[in-house]
Amino acid sequence: MNQLFSTIEFGPFFLSFKLAGITTLILFAIALPLAWYLSQTRSKLKPFLEAFTALPIVLPPSVLGFYILWALSYNSPIGSFFEETFGIKLVFNFTGLVIASCFYSLPFMVQPLQSGFESLNNNMLEAAYISGKSKWMTMIKVALPNIKPALMTAIIVTFAHTVGEFGVVLMVGGSIPEETKVASVAIYEMVEIMDYTTAHIYSAIMVIISFMVLLGVYIFNRKQSKKLGGIS
Amino acid sequence: MIHIDICKTLHGSIGEMELMVDLNIQEGDFIALAGQSGSGKTTLLRIIAGLEEAKGILRVENEVWMDAKKSLPPQKRKIGFVFQDYALFPNMTILENLLFVQKDKALADHLLEITGLSELKNRFPFTLSGGQKQRVSLCRAMMNRPKILLMDEPLSALDPQMRTKLQQEILSLHKEFGTTTIMVSHDPSEIYRLANRVVVLDQGRIIQDGTPKNVLLKTSGSQKFSFEGELLDIIKVDVIMIAIVSIGQQLVEVVLSQEEAANLTIGQKVTLSTKAFAPILKESH
Repeated sequence: MNQLFSTIEFGPFFLSFKLAGITTLILFAIALPLAWYLSQTRSKLKPFLEAFTALPIVLPPSVLGFYILWALSYNSPIGSFFEETFGIKLVFNFTGLVIASCFYSLPFMVQPLQSGFESLNNNMLEAAYISGKSKWMTMIKVALPNIKPALMTAIIVTFAHTVGEFGVVLMVGGSIPEETKVASVAIYEMVEIMDYTTAHIYSAIMVIISFMVLLGVYIFNRKQSKKLGGIS
Repeated sequence: MIHIDICKTLHGSIGEMELMVDLNIQEGDFIALAGQSGSGKTTLLRIIAGLEEAKGILRVENEVWMDAKKSLPPQKRKIGFVFQDYALFPNMTILENLLFVQKDKALADHLLEITGLSELKNRFPFTLSGGQKQRVSLCRAMMNRPKILLMDEPLSALDPQMRTKLQQEILSLHKEFGTTTIMVSHDPSEIYRLANRVVVLDQGRIIQDGTPKNVLLKTSGSQKFSFEGELLDIIKVDVIMIAIVSIGQQLVEVVLSQEEAANLTIGQKVTLSTKAFAPILKESH
């Protein structure tokens, strides 16, 4: 058993979690103002923004991957601009993976936050405005602390969803060890070369970690809803 | 002097309605705003608070809060607002709810003292009763020393005893802070106790405006007593008819003749009045 584990390469897992962690951080910063705006606005643009945000849920990862690859490669204006100005390549490396993951997981961060904000008592937010607090201040001090379960769900699901991505990562990143070979891609490779033992172990690790994470979210939310039960 | 002259189209339950209110209010007045639901009372409060837009002019003392050119956001108007559902911040303790408005510990302590909440100041809102929550909401509204205190049916979710206590506290805060207060209320005793002026809205227009005594007392001519109620039932007992009328929280029986009964339909609003008799007023238990 010990011998078996010593031969297992854990690099892909570290890479997966590193990618998921960075993606979650970036998406939190982007999605927070976006979700707040979507929850408060009565603009005609809202359905367009919502539809755009939700696209990654319905699109095949290959479509998303293809467009991202096309937009970030050296042949596109964006790709060539970054490479010539900053000397940064955006595809087939970790940076490209992060950008692709941010698109891919965007709805999983925005949607729980938005529905959390929308469920808040509007009078409570107005009470904060009347108290002289700006919309931004109200979001940070009043809205956010009162949607903890939604916040938790958004962060964890975004993280887990990024760990679980495969198609986009494969297209944008390829399978370069220590750079773009994340756990899901590694499993795919193990199956291809018929190394079922390693594929089994990798897959089992993914199942266990994913289950633990989701279990943690549900237990937390159950406790929160009990604690906040008396509030309306 | 507060000058309100506003106009807004509302989309109510009975189609479009024009809210048109022209009102001058003296500083320090306590105005009760009455009228059926859907008559525009809450909207009027929200326009004054800057939570809803409208056309027209709103001037408080010499400061323009709203005119054709500009409209101050709610953050810039010195308003206190008490919502019917309290709208406290659940993530903050009672004291934090107050200090969130204004970092004035002395004022917060003073308000909590007046309303008897000092002992509860480190508790969270969800541990309080309805009456306590509404007290906190009232204290929070006073924290920025508002020029105008707006209250939207603040006591309608509370039981009668709690109402009476809170009415006293509202009145003493109104006097101590010298604010102008506008309160939506349906309860005549509450209006009589608190307000010095009653404005009645119907379909977005002011239909009555005067002292509580003039507006609320329903008697006219030689009537001694007069109550408005709802006719619940007409029962035939031998040759006479008995009407059951609901007045306030009570039911009363009235004897009717056959002819009188024929002209009434169950469910309609009725006025019940009486002339020559000597009423007896006793303490109730």
